[in-house]
Amino acid sequence: MVKPATTKDDAHALFHSLRSAYSATPTNLKIIDLYVVFAVFTALIQVAYMAIVGSFPFNSFLSGVLSCVGTAVLAVCLRIQVNKENKEFKDLPPERAFADFVLCNLVLHLVIMNFLG
Amino acid sequence: MVAKADAVKAGTKSSHSPASNSKPDLSSISSSFSLKTLKLKTKQQELLIRVTILCLVYILAFVTRLFSVLRYESMIHEFDPYFNYRTTLYLTEKGFYEFWNWFDSESWYPLGRIIGGTLYPGLMVTAAIIYWTLKFLRFAVHIREVCVLTAPFFASNTTIVAYLFGKEVWDSGAGLVAAALIAICPGYISRSVAGSYDNEGVAIFALLLTFYLFVKAVNTGSLAWALASAFGYFYMVSAWGGYVFIINLIPLYVLVLLITGRYSMRLYVAYNCMYIVGMLLAMQIRFVGFQHVQSGEHMAAMGVFFLIQVFYFLVWIKHMLNDTKLFQALLRIGVTSAVSVGAIALGVGTASGYISPWTGRFYSLLDPTYAKDHIPIIASVSEHQPTAWSSFMFDFHILLFLFPAGLYFCFKRLSDATIFIVMYGLTSMYFAGVMVRLILVATPAVCLISAIAVSATIKNLTQLLRGKTTQTMSGKGTSGTRGFSKQQGSVDQSIPFLKDGARVLLLGAFYLLSRYVIHCTWVTSEAYSSPSIVLAARGAHGQRVIFDDYREAYFWLRQNTPSDAKIMSWWDYGYQITAMGNRTVIVDNNTWNNTHIATVGRAMSSYEDEAYEIMRSLDVDYVLVVFGGVTGYSSDDINKFLWMVRIGGGVFPVIKEPDYLVNGEYRVDKGAAPKMLNCLMYKLCYYRFGELTTEYGKPPGYDRARGVEIGNKDVKLEYLEEAFTTSNWIVRIYKVKPPTSRW
Repeated sequence: MVKPATTKDDAHALFHSLRSAYSATPTNLKIIDLYVVFAVFTALIQVAYMAIVGSFPFNSFLSGVLSCVGTAVLAVCLRIQVNKENKEFKDLPPERAFADFVLCNLVLHLVIMNFLG
Repeated sequence: MVAKADAVKAGTKSSHSPASNSKPDLSSISSSFSLKTLKLKTKQQELLIRVTILCLVYILAFVTRLFSVLRYESMIHEFDPYFNYRTTLYLTEKGFYEFWNWFDSESWYPLGRIIGGTLYPGLMVTAAIIYWTLKFLRFAVHIREVCVLTAPFFASNTTIVAYLFGKEVWDSGAGLVAAALIAICPGYISRSVAGSYDNEGVAIFALLLTFYLFVKAVNTGSLAWALASAFGYFYMVSAWGGYVFIINLIPLYVLVLLITGRYSMRLYVAYNCMYIVGMLLAMQIRFVGFQHVQSGEHMAAMGVFFLIQVFYFLVWIKHMLNDTKLFQALLRIGVTSAVSVGAIALGVGTASGYISPWTGRFYSLLDPTYAKDHIPIIASVSEHQPTAWSSFMFDFHILLFLFPAGLYFCFKRLSDATIFIVMYGLTSMYFAGVMVRLILVATPAVCLISAIAVSATIKNLTQLLRGKTTQTMSGKGTSGTRGFSKQQGSVDQSIPFLKDGARVLLLGAFYLLSRYVIHCTWVTSEAYSSPSIVLAARGAHGQRVIFDDYREAYFWLRQNTPSDAKIMSWWDYGYQITAMGNRTVIVDNNTWNNTHIATVGRAMSSYEDEAYEIMRSLDVDYVLVVFGGVTGYSSDDINKFLWMVRIGGGVFPVIKEPDYLVNGEYRVDKGAAPKMLNCLMYKLCYYRFGELTTEYGKPPGYDRARGVEIGNKDVKLEYLEEAFTTSNWIVRIYKVKPPTSRW
């Protein structure tokens, strides 16, 4: 592995350059990122709760976790499609991307509601 | 697509322009009807040709599957379809909620079976929806007719999907050829004739649809197409247990794209949406349950899901950092930690038993010798045997050598879609080699890849014939793979006999395709159109003789036994007895309880008094056996008897296979083992047979299926009495006598 001294410097340099690069992203993408972090955080809370209490209605646990993970993943897909820097999606109007996002979330949550039990 | 349309346009314009520009006069209209006189533009002509071809292929796929309906009658074939028919009948009579929560006490007496939770409802719900739609439109058809014709209808739909898929992977010409090939390919016809009302009939349609929608999602990167492919996956999960193939092939494909560096943002969008929504939808089917997160067979998809998150996260960070050195360090740490965490989680899960290992059914695909040693029930099914070369030739014909040619074309023009189709073809061909039944899964891939070869070759040859010297000729110079390799390099008028060579090759290609059609139709007519429940043979004067013994016996049961009578037979006939005889059976084709089947096997292989004890404990009223000695029918219970011994012996060590064999040989004549000559199955099959003369010139008691005179002609039954024997002695029913009174 890497020598410890340079790892620390590497980590610092990494952190700073990431921070400066990230602050340059447009605001709408930052909002989507915040939503993704929130969804993943909710999923982690549910997993921790399951670890404490037990997983008895397993379908409820699964539907809860998968709804958080699912909406996070769909938000990342939306971010990819809306990001101006992605050359592959420059013909896609952002309204269409958002409509797809809403439709997929709708289907996801309908299935979740059936699965909650 | 655009370049080829221009070439076609230029070609037709040059040869047809005089006719289309001049006004058609009366003589030309009356003399010939051609597309020119309709004054259509070339694009419209092309559209008309395409639509006509697709309509003809659609009708062809339906019509070629109707042989048995025309020869016999519209009835359900074989064994498994009878269960599907019975459940569909129940669904249409009682409604969806009753069907979903159905507990059936008429099979597996005394255990019963939770039908609602142990079947794949897709097929039944599809047939029920078609039935309700027709009823709504005031077409009063019987549900049996709908069930019989569901498979051909979905085969026609499969051809349309094959066309769209071919168009996506290569171009519309390949799509048309793929549709035509798959319409008549015997590998698919074998499980989708009219009357074969089985899961595979709709499952292949769902499989191809899911793959097409997924490839479309990867090509366009749209969330809507990915959602559609998730719905296609849901339909596949509801229809057939073979959905495991999809949920392993797609992650494998994603992995291959990631490793070869052909990944893109569209792949991320397509796979993630399809996996999450598809997994959730699949878990709504009770039979599948939580397997997507707990079973070893589904772990590949989850592993690739996590890997793709880590991978794309790292790609994003790399994009934000512009310094490669820092990124390398991060990459090393990130990837090693992710992979090690994943491996630890997988190891812990498997070791603690939370993640169940691969079930026997699928494990025997990876290790073909596994079932023979450990699970005799799986090994005994004839469809699960490894495939012989003759089966491949029989089911695929010329597609067998067009498949490697198509692979060559796919490799020459690699794209996301062609990589997918190549992987699908190779993996499905491997599995087709392991198990005969899986030739069905390989058929769409083989048809598509062969269609690419056919379409590309014929396109090149016709372009040579027209004397095109433009684009892409140098790359396709070696397209004439059947000899005449003089056409190297670009088209050059100085190469002698070029056009003649192309003409000859084109004629050869058409000849081969016509032989394919003849072969497919012959195979469909001779081999795959027999209902299995009605047998036919040629009489002495060449007339057709029909043996309808099975139905005769089941209807006898239905009309002459008390309604709570319990029938013991080998598990093959269970579904048919419950569906047609409407009586309770002890074991049936679901084979979910090995011990129960072994109990029946033990009863069949024991002496009469021991068997009587077992039958009394199971409340058996009637025993049904199938006997082919009079007609020469070789799929009878005496030929299956060794499997009964093996399965029974697997659970009850008192039954030993060597007791029934003589020097390792299975015999029923005078030299047979004494246990064989006196066991229940022997007695029930050969009761009163010793007095019957079956063939001119042979002694009485000559068994035509085994070709020997039986050993024990004087069979006396103490605890059973004969209730019914059908007109050709194929099905024999015995009544179990109640215990004699004490005084």
